[in-house]
Amino acid sequence: MAALLDVSGVTLRYKTSSAVITATERVGFTVDRSDRFVLLGPSGCGKSTLLKAVGGYLKPSEGRMRINGRDITGPGADRMMIFQEFDQLLPWKSVLGNVMFPLLTARRLPRKEAEQRARAYIEKVGLTRVVDAYPHTLSGGMKQRVAIARGMAMEPDILLMDEPFAALDALTRRTCQDELLQLWDETRFTVLFVTHSIAEAIKIGNRILLLSPHPGRVKAEVVDVDQVSNQDGSAGRLESQIHDLLFAGAATAH
Amino acid sequence: MGEARILRRDDAAVVTETSGEVERKLGVAELLWNDGFVRKAVIIVCLAAIWEAYGSALDNPLLFPTFHDTVLALVEKTRDGTIPLRAWASLKVLFMGYAAGITLAAILTIVAISTRIGTDFLETVTAMFNPLPAIALLPLALIWFGLGNGSLVFVLIHSVLWPVALNTHSGFKSVSNTLRMVGRNYGLRGFPYVVRILIPAAFGAILTGLKIGWAFAWRTLIAAELVFGVSSGQGGLGWFIFENRNLLDIPAVFAGLLTVILIGLVVENLIFRIIERNTVQKWGTQS
Repeated sequence: MAALLDVSGVTLRYKTSSAVITATERVGFTVDRSDRFVLLGPSGCGKSTLLKAVGGYLKPSEGRMRINGRDITGPGADRMMIFQEFDQLLPWKSVLGNVMFPLLTARRLPRKEAEQRARAYIEKVGLTRVVDAYPHTLSGGMKQRVAIARGMAMEPDILLMDEPFAALDALTRRTCQDELLQLWDETRFTVLFVTHSIAEAIKIGNRILLLSPHPGRVKAEVVDVDQVSNQDGSAGRLESQIHDLLFAGAATAH
Repeated sequence: MGEARILRRDDAAVVTETSGEVERKLGVAELLWNDGFVRKAVIIVCLAAIWEAYGSALDNPLLFPTFHDTVLALVEKTRDGTIPLRAWASLKVLFMGYAAGITLAAILTIVAISTRIGTDFLETVTAMFNPLPAIALLPLALIWFGLGNGSLVFVLIHSVLWPVALNTHSGFKSVSNTLRMVGRNYGLRGFPYVVRILIPAAFGAILTGLKIGWAFAWRTLIAAELVFGVSSGQGGLGWFIFENRNLLDIPAVFAGLLTVILIGLVVENLIFRIIERNTVQKWGTQS
């Protein structure tokens, strides 16, 4: 079976006012259906830029990216983005309106069907209580849950999550991670997840791509991450292994 | 080395009735005083009292009629239909100019956000024309469009167009990058993108522009009507003020001015307030 997302030899460059920055260099990976694929690396490794390129927001200057066999040419609702920022919700729409919005505009579902589906997914993330509330009355964790419900309700080919829990407090972050895994157990969606936290990567992912910074290159890929557990300490060992791998180069360079 | 212990504190013995009050209802006077509307009403009443006192002390209705003379004139002129008719004549012209100004502003800003040269164009012309008082264009407008509503509408467009375009454009520019990316994620582009993402996201700034545009337009209109105002046999409020000054009916002049103020207040504090409460305040994008 062909991979769902195929990224091969992708170099990404972007212009600042004074220079052209190479964010990633010849990065390649494939994501299969129902993967929880994590892009992990320190800041400056281009992981967010890579995710935005998969989202279609910028074009690679080298290499190609294909989803479901189609080349990625621009943003589209087959790849739903979930951002770190809380202002990704439309402030002029209620929770229900936010989840329905892409169903109506991008999917062109009839209003009734869109509302049914939106309510079902809002229930999945446990926000039925605030279904008519406006985003500014919600806490950060609730906002991210709405964004996740909005992304999942579209039932896209892949969910692209750009450090969605990074701006949350530690306790809420944990709950959100657990909930995301539970949702995955129920629906087996495919997710490409960006984080700079090794612990989060191990908790969320079943595969992890390690990137090194300046410019971003693939350092390693960790597979079968879901086999480790906290109980026997294997998760802890993997965490320190990844840590050593990511920072080994930095230690010898200085 | 030992184990940490958890000491439970929520047994029944500890959770007794809370002491003291948790919630206290405010008294009627306190509630009223917390309402901004009530406080402002009190200020207006005080001002009216001062006006009345000064007017009676001066005792010269030709220079400064008392408050109650003005109110009487207002009631009388309202009852015989003069003021409503004149106000309606003014408002009709105002709506025409306001609507035309907003339409032009919309076209201008949409061009400005879609192309870079459009942005430069908008920034340059607003910088040039925004400081120019609309009244200064009136002599020219009279030559171009003659004595009539055409000239009024022209100066009104001038007073509405630039502030609305300027505010809308800066509102669009300050829409967060995340929201833009969200909109494009759903495949929105072009006109639907503007209508469904940019306009609601920038609505606070747009509303500010509309309010400024309204205030400019209303002042400009009354001032322009003072210069000339009769078109097709029916003048507006400005002309009403001018006419009554010529007749030395000063209480009626004051009544006209009061009407101008009242209409301004109603639009500002009722119409725009209601729009604000149901949009930007409900959305939490503006307090």
